[in-house]
Amino acid sequence: MNIKIKQLYKNFGKVEVLQGLDLEVSENGIFAVLGPNGSGKTTLIKCILGMVIPTKGDILLNGESVLNEWAYRSKIAYLPQIAQFPHNLKVQELIKMIKEIRGESQREQEIIELFKIQPFLDKKLGTLSGGTKQKINILLAFMFESELIILDEPTTGLDPVALIHLKELIQEEKRKGKTILVTTHIMKLVEEIADKIVFLLDGKIYFEGTVPQLQEQTGEKDLEHAIANILKDTYA
Amino acid sequence: MKYVLILLYILLPLFASAKTIEVCPTCPVSQIKVGIDLAEEGDLIIIKAGTYKEHDIKITKNNIRIKGEGRPVIDGEMVGTVFHFSGSNFTLSGLKIIHVGHSYTQDFAAVLVINAKHFEIDDMILEKVYFGFLVEKSKHGVIKNCIVSSKNKDEAGAGNGVHIWKSSDMLVTNNDLHGMRDGIYLEFVKRSKMTHNHSHGNIRYGLHFMFSNNDEYSNNTFENNGAGVAVMFSKYIKMSENTFLLNWGDSSYGLLLKEIYDAEIHDNEFIQNTIGINIEGSTRINYSNNNFRNNGWAVKVKGACYKNKFYKNNFLQNSFDISYKGQINSNEFKSNYWSEYTGYDLDKNNVGDIPYRPVKLFSYIVNETPETIVLLRSLFVDIINFSEKVTPVFTPDNLVDASPAMKPIPKRKPQ
Amino acid sequence: MLKILKYSFYDLMRSRWSYIYFLFYLALGFVLLFLFNDVSQAVITIMNIILVLTPLIGTIFGVMYYYDSREFTELLLSQPIKRRNIFLGQYIGVATSLALSLFLGLGIPFVTYGLFQSSEIWNFSLLLVTGVFLTFIFVALSYNLALSYDNKIKGFGFAILLWLFFAVIYDGLFLILLLSFSDYPIDKLALIGSSLNPIDLSRVLILLKLDISALFGYTGAVFKQFFGSSTGMISSFALLLAWVILPTWRILRKSKRKDF
Repeated sequence: MNIKIKQLYKNFGKVEVLQGLDLEVSENGIFAVLGPNGSGKTTLIKCILGMVIPTKGDILLNGESVLNEWAYRSKIAYLPQIAQFPHNLKVQELIKMIKEIRGESQREQEIIELFKIQPFLDKKLGTLSGGTKQKINILLAFMFESELIILDEPTTGLDPVALIHLKELIQEEKRKGKTILVTTHIMKLVEEIADKIVFLLDGKIYFEGTVPQLQEQTGEKDLEHAIANILKDTYA
Repeated sequence: MKYVLILLYILLPLFASAKTIEVCPTCPVSQIKVGIDLAEEGDLIIIKAGTYKEHDIKITKNNIRIKGEGRPVIDGEMVGTVFHFSGSNFTLSGLKIIHVGHSYTQDFAAVLVINAKHFEIDDMILEKVYFGFLVEKSKHGVIKNCIVSSKNKDEAGAGNGVHIWKSSDMLVTNNDLHGMRDGIYLEFVKRSKMTHNHSHGNIRYGLHFMFSNNDEYSNNTFENNGAGVAVMFSKYIKMSENTFLLNWGDSSYGLLLKEIYDAEIHDNEFIQNTIGINIEGSTRINYSNNNFRNNGWAVKVKGACYKNKFYKNNFLQNSFDISYKGQINSNEFKSNYWSEYTGYDLDKNNVGDIPYRPVKLFSYIVNETPETIVLLRSLFVDIINFSEKVTPVFTPDNLVDASPAMKPIPKRKPQ
Repeated sequence: MLKILKYSFYDLMRSRWSYIYFLFYLALGFVLLFLFNDVSQAVITIMNIILVLTPLIGTIFGVMYYYDSREFTELLLSQPIKRRNIFLGQYIGVATSLALSLFLGLGIPFVTYGLFQSSEIWNFSLLLVTGVFLTFIFVALSYNLALSYDNKIKGFGFAILLWLFFAVIYDGLFLILLLSFSDYPIDKLALIGSSLNPIDLSRVLILLKLDISALFGYTGAVFKQFFGSSTGMISSFALLLAWVILPTWRILRKSKRKDF
């Protein structure tokens, strides 16, 4: 999917979160959106999803502006940071509801088996643990064929086995030619899967490139140190 | 026929003083008027079943007794008064009188009694009449066991069921009066009693006193009238064991007291009236052992009232117990039972330890500004009533029942 | 929208609070009928409770549901659905489930006590209809507040204040207004004042249908003339409807510009 973000501004009251952000993603692959807390990662993602309405600027997906639109979201899968569902709905009902909104799923059974969600299908969502809820979230995000997949801290609360399965899923989607945006604080994951890094600082893109490029620029072998290096330079 | 009459006329004086005259449609005497003309003092006229189209039947002799057998019907044909008594010691019973003429200038009645003493009217049915019984300047009369009704809609074109004027020592008992202007109307009537009457569905009042003193009414039921009973400009009236029921309407009431003095009101039931008793300018009235139940206002005191005493009454589930205008004026509330009383009785003497204030703040406000009634039953009103109850600021300070009863006062045995 | 409505409704109908609310009305209905053994007496007591409780519960539930389902709302927002449908669906879902609790909770005891044979059926229906209106009105108002305040505590506080205003404070101000103009003919003022607050309007509408309206006296005559006429009846229901539509419209407008 082609994503083009032009001069994006967003302020919440007096706080300017995005300050003229420009970004173009033209090839497929996995993009890690990184940055310190409050750098505007989540705001950027939510702008793309239409959950946050930008103050200024434009967002184009495959060449079409998506501001104030809604139908385009059928091309996006989103895995939110915190998973909270209506307490009294059953897992099955939630799946059915999302299917009613987005259409039939090809991969529902496969993912349910992969993450061993089967025993929870008849349980109420309010009774599930955080990890299980995250698995349901993963299911909802990956069960449809979407051109763009946005994962906001996808590893939260996952056990190691589920984490491995998640990585597999992400790789598989990449192979299918999807565009995947990931925000995370876990640098190991970035090193493992990211094709490209987009580093945000103070509402602008500070760095855009591959992991080796970043390592080269900062002179640090380790990604974590490389990031720390950037922050030290700017905030020193 | 003529000869028979003449023969009778000649023969009559020969018999003992009291004789019986029979009137029936096929009898020699087929008209009541003729029978009356034939009658001497002390005679009994028996009217047999049938319909008699007659009016203005005048009885001027004393000691005439008229009795219906088989409920004869006298049809006044909407012309004028039907019976007109001006003699004393008469009795009248067993008739049905219908269609008495209406007039806006003259008071036509089914039975008009003027200047009579010691009469008794019993077991009469009056239907579609203008006035039922109209009694003027008479003494020692009895009207009992009668049913008087009409189908009046407006006050102006309607007459009263029993209308007594300038008379004394009357007894009106056990009658049923409905659809009239006033069920019973008394003006300048002294030493008279109204008992066991059922006065209902009348346009104006069930019972109406004007300028009448030393009278008594008891054991009557006043139901669903424009207003139950109005007692105005009268003294020494005793009202006991009556039931005032469902006199419900925009400004309706069970009992209206206006400019009256020295009355006794006890053992009455006031149930579901808009206002139980509406009191204006009345002095030295004792209210005791009455029950006020489910009325809008149990008692509304409208000022210029002095020395009214409310003892041992039950106030049960009324929207407002007391509405009070003006100064306390030595009116007194004592030992009543109030269903809304929430005090306690530590010494177990059946008297509440803290005084009860029967006037709620909202009642006081409505009195000042009637339009505020639109807030009736709103939560805000409950709150201000409660706060006023805890710390009275607006309501008359001395209007309290200092010894409220903890339990309803039991009904007394009929006296 | 219907999809969202359906699932919000499912969710709420299974919540403990819906059951408690339903059981409360059910118990209330049976207890009152048992105590009074008389439908008309029970109607007036229930009126008092409905006028206080439905707005309160509507307000609290509305705010609570909004804050409770915030994350889920975000999930929905990332789905291909129009924003307005999400909020409209949730709002109607909450209001409908509350209204249903009220409707069934009170309806069942009254029907079993022979409501259909009673002449009170119209008064009772009016009571339920105004109860449903009040539920929709106050859920909409509280949704507005919740949309305006991301801070839960603030939202809750203002919601309670909102209820307090309509249930109590308004009447206080209204009373002061009436008293300060008591030297003028104020029955029109009384009429207008009681029409503008949905709780007061409902109360007056019901009281006028009951015997107790005789207490209204002369003022009542003016009210009866107005509310008794078809214009009055239509305009008062139009007013109640406006109280539903205006806040709903603001929910849509507000939600369109809101960031999540």
